[in-house]
Amino acid sequence: MPSLAAEPPLLEVAGVSLEYRTDERVVRATHRVSFDVWRADRFVLLGASGCGKSTLLKAVAGFVPPAEGEIRIEGRRVERPGPDRIVVFQEFDQLPPWKTVEENVMFPLLASRTLRRREAAERARHVIEKVGLTPFARAYPHTLSGGMKQRVAIARALAMEPRVLLMDEPFAALDALTRRRMQEELLALWDDVRFTLLFVTHSIEEALVVGNRIAILTPHPGRLRAEVNSHEFDLRSQGSPEFQQATRRIHGLLFDSDDASGDEPAPRPALRTA
Amino acid sequence: MPTLHPLHARTPPVRPEAEHALEPLPDRPTEVPLPWSARLWNRDAVRRAVILAAVALLWELAARWQDNDLMFPTFGQAVRALVAGMASGELVAKAGISLSVLLQGYGAGVLGAFALTTLAVGTRLGRDLLTTLTAMFNPLPPIALLPLALLWFGLGRGSLVFVLMHSVMWPLAVNTYAGFQAVPATLRMAGRNYGLVGVRYVLQILVPAALPAILAGLKVGWAFAWRTLIAAELVFGASSGKGGLGWYIFQNRNELQTDRVFAGLVVVILIGLLVEGLVFQALERVTVRRWGLQR
Repeated sequence: MPSLAAEPPLLEVAGVSLEYRTDERVVRATHRVSFDVWRADRFVLLGASGCGKSTLLKAVAGFVPPAEGEIRIEGRRVERPGPDRIVVFQEFDQLPPWKTVEENVMFPLLASRTLRRREAAERARHVIEKVGLTPFARAYPHTLSGGMKQRVAIARALAMEPRVLLMDEPFAALDALTRRRMQEELLALWDDVRFTLLFVTHSIEEALVVGNRIAILTPHPGRLRAEVNSHEFDLRSQGSPEFQQATRRIHGLLFDSDDASGDEPAPRPALRTA
Repeated sequence: MPTLHPLHARTPPVRPEAEHALEPLPDRPTEVPLPWSARLWNRDAVRRAVILAAVALLWELAARWQDNDLMFPTFGQAVRALVAGMASGELVAKAGISLSVLLQGYGAGVLGAFALTTLAVGTRLGRDLLTTLTAMFNPLPPIALLPLALLWFGLGRGSLVFVLMHSVMWPLAVNTYAGFQAVPATLRMAGRNYGLVGVRYVLQILVPAALPAILAGLKVGWAFAWRTLIAAELVFGASSGKGGLGWYIFQNRNELQTDRVFAGLVVVILIGLLVEGLVFQALERVTVRRWGLQR
């Protein structure tokens, strides 16, 4: 995005270490991770389980305070959860079951006092139409399929027009066919709205398809291994030689922590080692 | 010599592929209604009415076999005493007195439980307060507090309300808090994500999410309150000549009008059934069942 490069990054994660505290010990989840997310980025945090990617996302959301370093949005330090960073979780129970689809989408707008009831209903109708759930606006979540529930969660997040949309493996609990459809729809929505996305996944393919830039984290504790560009890939490029080469390269970066280029001599122009 | 088949015999044959035109669907309705008897039996109310009728029949038979009106009047006699009591207005008035005291005590208990549990989700000290107090007071029978209540609040409504509050508050607080703790972490985070804190967070996230547990607590509390009230009236009787159902039962036992004792008991049972069947079931139907939280 050359036209946007003049402004400062929207989200800055600067030297952030995160720690879990149990009764007996302190466990370091991530160690001095730094990256910048720019406006309209689709920034992916990729790593095996235990690399602290979900914890990082929760820290950006304001649920986990950093033990070291800081997280800034538009220059302001993140200190607590807030409606300028809406999270779409993996779990289906993120939708209050006592609210219909429509009420669910209106919920954050009303809870955060962003809009009055009438305007909230108006905007809810609009985003529900965008995700194609208009016939189900009056349905309760327990009557919907998993993919539809995730669509409601995405609609609810979009309705808030957050500074950053945070997605924590939102499609991981879906079947493969639905997941593909949802990735497609997410990209179409991004094309339409151009929101800023921070997306956590453990699937290399999903990272390449969804993201325009991928941060690769290694586990125990999570450290930044690389940042890779993936803006040239979408769902149609799956299976192409370039896509497979990128997959192999990321695989190498994820698993051979020192020697990533064993069978892969290709140049790495966009690579920035941490 | 191994008896295995040669390798090629264990590879399945390659069969020709096939694509089929879809079989046309039969020209028959896909839904057939159940016979009326099955539909009738599928209604909860019908099955429960049958159970009640069976109990009444057993009662009638047992009482006739006993043949002692003073000890065990028949169902018919109890019903006649009930109808007479209703017609004279005496039973209705007594039930009204009991219910109004009951509702006051129940309401006070519910408010107390809500305050305690809200405090408990907000702070660690509140949590310790709740667990310690419920561990202390929940096992204490409300009736055991009655002498103390009489000393503090005198012979009257105040004492009853105090004891009722005690009987409702602890079990409801335990249930509500257990329900709060079972609310999924994702739902909690979603609520906090939208900037909900304090009482708004409790009312908009925790209470509806924990409603199955809260309703169970309300039911238990309702039953405890009834028991406590009737027992308290039996123990210390009427206040200034205005006793409730417990007093009615006690008085008629003293006068050996056993059929009226049974009529009083039946009223207690009927009110219990009505509240369970109408109030709580309706509440469940429009909330937890509709939301798919409970089947």
